Amino acid sequence: MTRIAAWTIFLLGCIYFALPLWGMTEFSLRMRRGEYSFDAYASILSNPEFQRTFLFSVTMALVTIVVGVLLVVPTAFWVRLKMPELRPFVEFVTLLPLVIPAIVVVFGYIRLYNTGSWLPLTGTAMGTNALLAMGYVMLALPYMYRAVDTGLRAVDVPTLTEAAQSLGAGWITILGRVILPNVLTAVLSGAFLTFAIVIGEFTMAAILNRPAFGPFMQRLGQDRAYEPTALAVIAFVITWACMGLISLVARTQKHTRAAGR
Amino acid sequence: MSHLDLQGLQKSFGANRVVRDFSLSIDKGEFVSLLGPSGCGKTTVLRMVAGFETPDTGAIRLEGRDLIPLRTNARNVGMVFQAYALFPNLTVAQNVGFGLKVAGVPRQETAERVAEMLDLIGLPVGDFGSRYPFQLSGGQQQRVALARALAPRPRVLLLDEPLSALDAKVRVRLRSEIRTIQRHLGITTIFVTHDQEEALSISDRVVVMNAGILEQAGTPFEVYNHPATAFVASFVGTLTPFEARVLESETGLVDVSGRRLRLGRRLPRAAGEALTLALRPEALRLGRPEDEAIQLSGVAREVEFMGSIIRIRAEVGGTPFVLDTFNRPDAPPPAPGEAVDISFSPRDVIVVGA
Amino acid sequence: MALTTEATRTAVSPPRLTTRLPLRWLGLLPFLLFATLFLLLPTLYIVVGAFRDGRGGWTIQNVLDLATPSIRSAYWLSIRISFWSALLGCLIGFLMAASVVLWGVPKRLRNPLLTFSGVASNFAGVPLAFAFIATLGPAGLLTLYLRTEFGINLRAYGWNLLSAWGLIVTYLFFQIPLMILIITPALDGLRREWREAAEVLGASGFQYWRMVALPILFPSILGTMALLFANAFGAVATAIALTGPSLNIAPILLYAQIRGDVLGNPHLGYALALGMIVITAAANAIYIVLRARAERWMR
Repeated sequence: MTRIAAWTIFLLGCIYFALPLWGMTEFSLRMRRGEYSFDAYASILSNPEFQRTFLFSVTMALVTIVVGVLLVVPTAFWVRLKMPELRPFVEFVTLLPLVIPAIVVVFGYIRLYNTGSWLPLTGTAMGTNALLAMGYVMLALPYMYRAVDTGLRAVDVPTLTEAAQSLGAGWITILGRVILPNVLTAVLSGAFLTFAIVIGEFTMAAILNRPAFGPFMQRLGQDRAYEPTALAVIAFVITWACMGLISLVARTQKHTRAAGR
Repeated sequence: MSHLDLQGLQKSFGANRVVRDFSLSIDKGEFVSLLGPSGCGKTTVLRMVAGFETPDTGAIRLEGRDLIPLRTNARNVGMVFQAYALFPNLTVAQNVGFGLKVAGVPRQETAERVAEMLDLIGLPVGDFGSRYPFQLSGGQQQRVALARALAPRPRVLLLDEPLSALDAKVRVRLRSEIRTIQRHLGITTIFVTHDQEEALSISDRVVVMNAGILEQAGTPFEVYNHPATAFVASFVGTLTPFEARVLESETGLVDVSGRRLRLGRRLPRAAGEALTLALRPEALRLGRPEDEAIQLSGVAREVEFMGSIIRIRAEVGGTPFVLDTFNRPDAPPPAPGEAVDISFSPRDVIVVGA
Repeated sequence: MALTTEATRTAVSPPRLTTRLPLRWLGLLPFLLFATLFLLLPTLYIVVGAFRDGRGGWTIQNVLDLATPSIRSAYWLSIRISFWSALLGCLIGFLMAASVVLWGVPKRLRNPLLTFSGVASNFAGVPLAFAFIATLGPAGLLTLYLRTEFGINLRAYGWNLLSAWGLIVTYLFFQIPLMILIITPALDGLRREWREAAEVLGASGFQYWRMVALPILFPSILGTMALLFANAFGAVATAIALTGPSLNIAPILLYAQIRGDVLGNPHLGYALALGMIVITAAANAIYIVLRARAERWMR
């Protein structure tokens, strides 16, 4: 009885998830009348705006990851090593982006950093790009910090640090050559997740008026029929690839750990 | 007539035959231990009685009634698990009262029974009733689990390695408490364990199992002193086995690597056949032999000081012997490497399988 | 374990604390600076702005003005959409996770389900809207298929993707997987012995669920629901890509206000944003409290 009910629920759920995926794929192949073709994809890929915005968002994602790692790894390390009593506070701050909607934060950005303010970031294109990157770091903060902190928990930070110090290592060496390699898996997981979030992000980029991939998709959706679904398929594949890389990285680490024991 | 009757139980998981032709009759109020190494099928037997597993063939009768068609929740048995398994969301009192509540026992009666049970296990309801399991030590949790199992007055109590998650001191204390409570209530009990000391110390009867087969069932005294099979001999207690050849079956004359040994009793094998003999550590003595004793000369290899007892591992002509001697302040034990005289009485030699 | 060692370490250090304080804080400076500049200050600016009037004085008029019918209905619709998508997401996600973890759908499907959930919970925003438009939109494949092959006109049954229920159905695509990801470890935490202990004490399967399993899971389920609620409440991209500005919900209203001051009063915009913070914060506070309760039993 339970078994049949369980299967029914499970299969209905699978149908719900399969339908939109099937719908978008099928639709994206129907641009040419009467036969399947990759016309929609060709049209997208040859669209110079697609190339420009996609490149912009990829660059943004990479900058976000670099800044995020440089910010999160030393902080998480320092908190574990020197200020464990502050961990609840830091954790709370890193979780705030899940509480405060992104649209509210970016609303604050454009008012706080407008041309007439003390830090007129939105006055120049580069300044706005920097602001957007910071916004993305903020969005990625909960995931990044959690991943790295979990990674640090697995290694004994104080002992490792003392061991490195006794061998004469400085802080940069300790961070770069002792701590980072040990939390590399965590950092990579955080990085791929950040990539998946940033690449199609819409709200912040639209409000800051940057030529990013998310707003481009939304604009295209208003005046085209087939190309947007091709974009959706591409976006889905990118998300899948990022998640696949995360589980791949996690698996390789498990293997090396097991081999090390 | 026996209270709980297990007949010809068989159980396989896939190609793995976990329990083979297992039969056992348990009297009312009897405390029976199932003893064996992990994977010997003892837990599966218990789980078949509880109803978590259905035997492939065989019968389980409680007070003459077939249990197999009944679901677990209709069997009225009590069970204590290895890892406590208290419900973490319920207080101690609610845990103990769980079985009564699902049976629809009135609230007042439940409360009385819970208080009675908690008194029995030494955790008075006033102090412990409203605590949650995570606020208790492992030993306390297991007591509560025992009270919970006993509260609905089950006809049989099943204990699945209830002590193995506890540390040594608590384990010893709790096992004698369990025995006291069991005697007090007179409840038929099956106790599963892999610890032979535990099984020997609290059981009316010990059932030794190996690879799904019942090897021997008997009182702790029987199982320890007259092991029926080589497995029982080696699994229960420490033992020095050695091979012998029967010379005369009637008088018990055997040949042990060239030496003649008169055991003074009738042997189960004919002359010329091989026979396994064994000695318990406590049957061996250090020093000069008495009248009829047999003397061996060897070298002490390891000396373990265990408090009241000193265990000496010695080597006699290439064969290792384990010997226990009482500690005496005026007679220090031999040092490793020292030559030792060992003696034993032929009466103490165990004939394995006799 | 970790807690006690940390506690002893702090307990030992106080004499050195005062002299070393500045240096220790220096290590945290980049993070504090970042959090202040790009998270706390902007939010604070909005919060404070909600209580200022156009001339720089303090007022609560903006907050009171949120009660105007159009804004109130926007909040109300947002809350309803978020609530239903959270409730359904929890229910369906729970049932799907339980069917694999507990109810006999083969364990082989467990890892694929979790991997897919990881992907789907992150497949939100604009592309998700496109996927649903292509499938269930007015000219979507499923819509057309049902009409031509079976003569079922979804529209006639009141179905419209570009509506509140359309949004809910779309949100479920990331809500259900998120629930599966969060509840699966909780279901794994239900020990087999609890079920067996309940059974051997005479409880039926239903009694076990009512008296043991659900009370244990309840904080996790309700907490996750609060999280899903906040998740849906703050979602902007999917809603805009799906319905454009036609649906009057709080995030879309705020989006329009930021881009073009549709309310005609910037400070009312701040109040609108403040309202959103309050609602998501309340949902998250529930989540945190219930999470702590869930973990209390598990120590």
